[in-house]
Amino acid sequence: MDWAVIVSDAIRSGIGPVAAVYALAAIGLNLHFGYTGLLNFGQVAFMLVGAYGVAASVSTYDLPLWVGVLIGLGSSVVLALLLGLPTLRLRAEYLAIATIAAGEILRLFYRSSWAEPVTGGVFGLQRFAVEFYDVSPIPRDTYGFWLVRYTSLDLWALAVAWAMVLLAAVVIALLVHSPWGRVIRAIREDEDAVRSLGKSVYAYKMQSLVLGGVIGSMAGMMLAIQNQSVNPDSYDPVVTFFLYTIVVLGGAGRVLGPIVGSILFWAILTFFDSALREAIGAGYVSPSVISAPEVGAVRFALVGLGLVLLMIFRPQGLLGSRKEMLLDAR
Amino acid sequence: MRVHLVLATALAQGDEVPQGPGFLDRALQALVDGIQFGAIIAITAVGLSLIFGTTHLINFAHGELVTIGAVVAFFLNVGAAGPGWHLIPSAAVAIVIGALLGGLIERGMWRPLRKRGVGLINLFIITIGLSLLLRHIVLVFFGTRPQSYREYDIQQALDLGPIGITPRDLIIIALSVLVLLGVAFLLQRTRTGTAIRALSSNPDLAEASGIDVNRVVLIVWVLGGGLAALGGVFYGLTEIITWDMGFRLLLLMFAGIILGGLGSAYGAMVGSFVIGIVAQMSSLWFPIDLQNAWALLALIVVLLIRPQGILGQRERVG
Amino acid sequence: MHADLAGLTADPGVPKPDPLLVVDGVTRAFGGLVAVHVEHLEIQRGAITALIGPNGAGKSTLFNVLSGFDRADAGRWTFDGAPVTGRSAHRLARRGLVRTFQLTKTLGRLSVLENMKLAATGQRGERLVAGLLPPLWLGQERAIEQRADELLERFRLAHMRDEYAGTLSGGQRKLLEMARALMVRPTMVLLDEPMAGVNPALTQSLLSHITDLRDEGMTVCFVEHDMDVVMGISDWVVCMAEGEVVAEGPPRAVAQNPAVIDAYLGRHHDEPGTEYDDG
Repeated sequence: MDWAVIVSDAIRSGIGPVAAVYALAAIGLNLHFGYTGLLNFGQVAFMLVGAYGVAASVSTYDLPLWVGVLIGLGSSVVLALLLGLPTLRLRAEYLAIATIAAGEILRLFYRSSWAEPVTGGVFGLQRFAVEFYDVSPIPRDTYGFWLVRYTSLDLWALAVAWAMVLLAAVVIALLVHSPWGRVIRAIREDEDAVRSLGKSVYAYKMQSLVLGGVIGSMAGMMLAIQNQSVNPDSYDPVVTFFLYTIVVLGGAGRVLGPIVGSILFWAILTFFDSALREAIGAGYVSPSVISAPEVGAVRFALVGLGLVLLMIFRPQGLLGSRKEMLLDAR
Repeated sequence: MRVHLVLATALAQGDEVPQGPGFLDRALQALVDGIQFGAIIAITAVGLSLIFGTTHLINFAHGELVTIGAVVAFFLNVGAAGPGWHLIPSAAVAIVIGALLGGLIERGMWRPLRKRGVGLINLFIITIGLSLLLRHIVLVFFGTRPQSYREYDIQQALDLGPIGITPRDLIIIALSVLVLLGVAFLLQRTRTGTAIRALSSNPDLAEASGIDVNRVVLIVWVLGGGLAALGGVFYGLTEIITWDMGFRLLLLMFAGIILGGLGSAYGAMVGSFVIGIVAQMSSLWFPIDLQNAWALLALIVVLLIRPQGILGQRERVG
Repeated sequence: MHADLAGLTADPGVPKPDPLLVVDGVTRAFGGLVAVHVEHLEIQRGAITALIGPNGAGKSTLFNVLSGFDRADAGRWTFDGAPVTGRSAHRLARRGLVRTFQLTKTLGRLSVLENMKLAATGQRGERLVAGLLPPLWLGQERAIEQRADELLERFRLAHMRDEYAGTLSGGQRKLLEMARALMVRPTMVLLDEPMAGVNPALTQSLLSHITDLRDEGMTVCFVEHDMDVVMGISDWVVCMAEGEVVAEGPPRAVAQNPAVIDAYLGRHHDEPGTEYDDG
């Protein structure tokens, strides 16, 4: 068992571009769920719309990348408005189911043969990220420390993604400490009380949904650019469940929660993944019990188990306060 | 439904204009297929609805109870290390195991958590984690390759005028309807069923009149687990057995329950049939890979127009 | 008793000299059961009106309908001369009609001070874009905080200023809700059972706060069961039973009104031969 490989894999994943993308999407989800109390289970739909907005604009319609970005952002605003209309007046559980349904409807449409001319259907789209990598100032080489190494392309993606995470975190920090944020947090506690004080709960929820959704779509764009491809099956409900695990792990309703959560989530997940592969390779675990392709399934099972244990034993996550959690009246 | 049809005709492809006797035949066939699909959704959704009605918990892991039922029956029927029984005893054992599993989850997880006062939203998130866990454990043991049962697999379809249906599917519809009638009988005519209905409509009053809440909830979970397993076997028979079959069915169950009215078992039955029919009949105008999308769209439309569903009480849903 | 209300005949639905709230034919039914059916009711501006009646009389339902938290099946009502039938709760609050809740709705995970600051109206920082730029709202926020602190001082909650509102006792929550309602600078306050669940030692304090509200020019209407409380501070009393207004008038007159006594006891009090009649 080469522990150096296992640990370095974990670190590489924890601070890598994927962790940054998930941190960004989780920041959006944290605004919905952690601060406003919106049980939005369709965050992956925002990522989908942002990713395809960029990919289809460049790949199908030959538009410049920055136009694709604008289209992606625009579509996420439209999605938020469309999604919010039927769902924001619903109770939490209805909202959850409706948003999962909406996410699946979108994914199925993007995946369908009907939409193939624009979205590439089951095959998705490729070759749209060229402009992004062309502007990278990083010379061709590999970079890193110890065994943690990134290519220049990955490093550029990583840097931009984490910069976006930082920007989003600053925006959220400013907002939650403002009077706007106060109304949002009050809505999480008791909507009727907020109404009785003259604030339009629906309008605030919609603003939260739009802002968190736009942040989610930015994450989707970065994910697409990083992978240099989009495929509808990468945007299924499991992604939202991962995001919830990340938000809960870091601490819902805390500015740094999603960032800490994502770094830890990916580090731990990759650690187990890598350790399991090493164990199989070294013969500690026989391939008849778990073969190499099934290691991927084990990581999902672990996330599920982790989420269950978290919610039972430490629902406030790493950065949350237990005292505050006990005051949760919902 | 009217909204859906208007949308459908407006968006239909130019060369598939629906008209003429050929279309009517296909429509009837789709209707029958929809009834069969709906029957399976109904069996699995009833348990989910009863669980919600009595505990207000949305059990996101219900799909996995369906899958586990189908997979256990598969193992007993065709599995490499299994006894190789005929499907019917395999299914019977799978149903029992499903029921036991439901009861075990309630007794071992939900009851202690409820006692601890864990909030409903947190419980809901726990069911999501549980769903992820169970689904991927099944994946590890079952694999990615879709499978079928040994018996009743390939059959000649019976020719009933414009529609064709295999004897197997016909029997499944009949059995499903029987099971649903049985559930209805349980709810209306037995002490337990009355207790379940009482707990669903007014928990405080039910408890005050001496109903043992924990016992009723346990029965609901056992029933739900058994029904899910049965639904799983039926679904595996009519379609195919895969590691995520229950999860794919879960959203349709939600759609059926909400359309019929959250908290009403009969609503779940009615809603599920509607969803099954919408899904199958959508393929008359749209590609098959969009079937589920249309069913889910029906859900969203219902939430817009009449959020309490067909049979639900007009209580505040927001 | 309020000077303006002296000399009014004590009939259900009697018009008031300067009504702030006028209710006409408001009906609300649940299934087949009619919870509220008020033909005509006027609430006098600047007075304290008590709304009494046995359980199930429809008092809270009427409150909910008038304040926009429930819809009426029929009827109209005006507030300060303007028709407000069917307006949503937050719009009514913006017009100056603020209510408190029988089961207090203090925002548990916000501090007591944040609860108060939330209620202030016209906050620039509550808009999304402005919220991002502290210079645009910090000045206003400081002024709001000062006013909040003054109110907290007055309601003797200043020492809990930075604590989570969820840690307050029941009585403290009632005080917080009242103080918070005041931050809105309302024209009319609907208090839904302000004494419910409050320990008797706190009752006097709450009562003096209610009379303070009137003395500062606000109109108060409150639902209450405790007749001593009602007698003590009300300028006018309205009695409801089975959804209808059965009597209204000055406190003492209403207390002696046979219709009111009937409503509470269920039938005429001098009928012979019943279980209550033990000789």
